[in-house]
Amino acid sequence: MLKDITLGQYFPGNTLVHRLDPRTKLILVVVYIVALFLAKSFLSYGLVLAFLVLAASISHIKPKALLSGMKPLMIIIVFTGLLNIFYTTGDDAPIVNWWIIKIYKAGLIAAFFMILRIMLLISGTFLLTYTTSPIALTDGLEALMSPLKKIKVPVHELAMMMCIALRFIPTLIEETDKIISAQKARGADFETGNLFRRAKALVPILVPLFVSAFRRADELATAMECRCYHGGEGRTKLKVLKYGKDDAIAFLAGILLLAGVIVLRTFGL
Amino acid sequence: MSNIITAENLSFAYPPQEGKLAIPVFENLNLEIAEGSFTVVIGPNGCGKSTLAKQFNAVLLPSGGKVYVLGNDTSNEQTLLEIRRTVGMVFQNPDNQIVSNVVEEDVAFAPENLGVPSAEIRKRVDDALKTVGMYEFRNHAPHLLSGGQKQRIAIAGVLAMQPRCIVLDEPTAMLDPRGREEVIRTIRTLNRARGMTVVLITHHMSEAIDADRVLVFGNGGILADGSPREVFTQVELLRAANIDVPQTTALLYELKRQGWDLPLDALSTEECAEAIANALLTQTERSQK
Ligand SMILES: Nc1ncnc2c1ncn2[C@@H]1O[C@H](COP(=O)(O)OP(=O)(O)OP(=O)(O)O)[C@@H](O)[C@H]1O
Ligand SMILES: [Mg+2]
Repeated sequence: MLKDITLGQYFPGNTLVHRLDPRTKLILVVVYIVALFLAKSFLSYGLVLAFLVLAASISHIKPKALLSGMKPLMIIIVFTGLLNIFYTTGDDAPIVNWWIIKIYKAGLIAAFFMILRIMLLISGTFLLTYTTSPIALTDGLEALMSPLKKIKVPVHELAMMMCIALRFIPTLIEETDKIISAQKARGADFETGNLFRRAKALVPILVPLFVSAFRRADELATAMECRCYHGGEGRTKLKVLKYGKDDAIAFLAGILLLAGVIVLRTFGL
Repeated sequence: MSNIITAENLSFAYPPQEGKLAIPVFENLNLEIAEGSFTVVIGPNGCGKSTLAKQFNAVLLPSGGKVYVLGNDTSNEQTLLEIRRTVGMVFQNPDNQIVSNVVEEDVAFAPENLGVPSAEIRKRVDDALKTVGMYEFRNHAPHLLSGGQKQRIAIAGVLAMQPRCIVLDEPTAMLDPRGREEVIRTIRTLNRARGMTVVLITHHMSEAIDADRVLVFGNGGILADGSPREVFTQVELLRAANIDVPQTTALLYELKRQGWDLPLDALSTEECAEAIANALLTQTERSQK
């Protein structure tokens, strides 16, 4: 039941986009987001969309996969759209003027852009997690944030925590499933009753789950010590991150995108 | 042969709970583990086997006495990493010792911690995975593997440190018979083919049969110590300490009590069958005469 949950889903592959250095992809996503927020016109939105479509097609990620990732966020998207429609006022006469509802042409355009922007934002970040393994992502983040070590940000520890969290999500989900089954076998009822009763029924699941998670953490810490873990100091890596020719091309594409959007913006197109 | 681990007058007690006296787990224990040997430690639940194992690589420090690993005192901070890389440790639950969600990244964890150069890590990881027969699974996610496979990954993770000695605390306790067989076979190969010192803690007597040495632990001390034949023939002593004997020994012991003339030290199934067949043969010959 719970096994179907996927967090930061990754579709393994061997395309150009998959092979890019995770740092490149992280930086590109930031560039992409900046470009997206600078975009103002149909033309510049079109440019950003073209960039996304290009990246998606190179990485063999189906548009369906990108769109399906948006499902849980549909309510937010629709709600933002409606807000924009109803609360934007234009100079010209409203298209719809009924009771207290006034809809202007500017409102429709604003809503359209807003929805497009959110959808592009989400698909862009999804494309990153679809094409980058969580480990590579963690490595990339650690490498990019390592300058922050100078101001005492525990970058290595954060990356390690993220890595371990990713490792234990499936284990803990499996365990939750087992506990739920065990409590059901003892006659626990999770499906009926009002909200309050159902929330109360969760207690016998959460308590054993937490107890076991702490026991696991304790054992894991010992096992890590036994394997000579002593913090990030003097640590090397199996896979060293290295920029290649592909990364240069990707950066170039990113720069072109950003430059294009800025040019279009300054010329008011 | 030289000793890789030496315990001298070792005493240990866990910090007491509030309002209670600290009960020592063991007192004045003297013990040596010879380099290259295969030692199996058995004993009833709660007798301190795991606690002893943790003394061997400085996860726990003695409250009295000393433990030396290749001459280095385990209570010396300076040589801590040296000791931990010499004596690797594998625990009962494979799920709780795997740190990464890619097999090869997990195996690389120890050499990464030791600051080994990347190319060398690659070599060690491949080598360790091949040794435990899990090389094809190097890019898998550990949580999708079977228990026996996970435990072999955990062993590979320790091997990548290139330890001289490996201590396994009930590595097969959570596995099905097949997984158990896989893991035990791996451990045996390590000892025989690579000359690695192995200390195996177990409740499965069948795993103790072809060890070099069996240590029986109980009541805060060593009850028996010797080759499997020497130890398992002391059936009364083991039973009194609540320890099972191998099924073969148990069978021979019961038959002997019924008046059959049988040796107790036929430990493997084949030897046992042969001993019984011989006994039957002499019996029939005698009755024919
Ligand atoms: N962390 C701890 N704190 C306090 N006491 C402990 C702790 N761990 C173990 N003990 C106690 O120390 C004694 C020895 O425990 P240990 O786990 O070493 O036994 P064991 O021989 O490994 O048992 P088993 O066969 O069940 O694994 C037990 O009486 C136990 O209650
Ligand atoms: Mg134990």
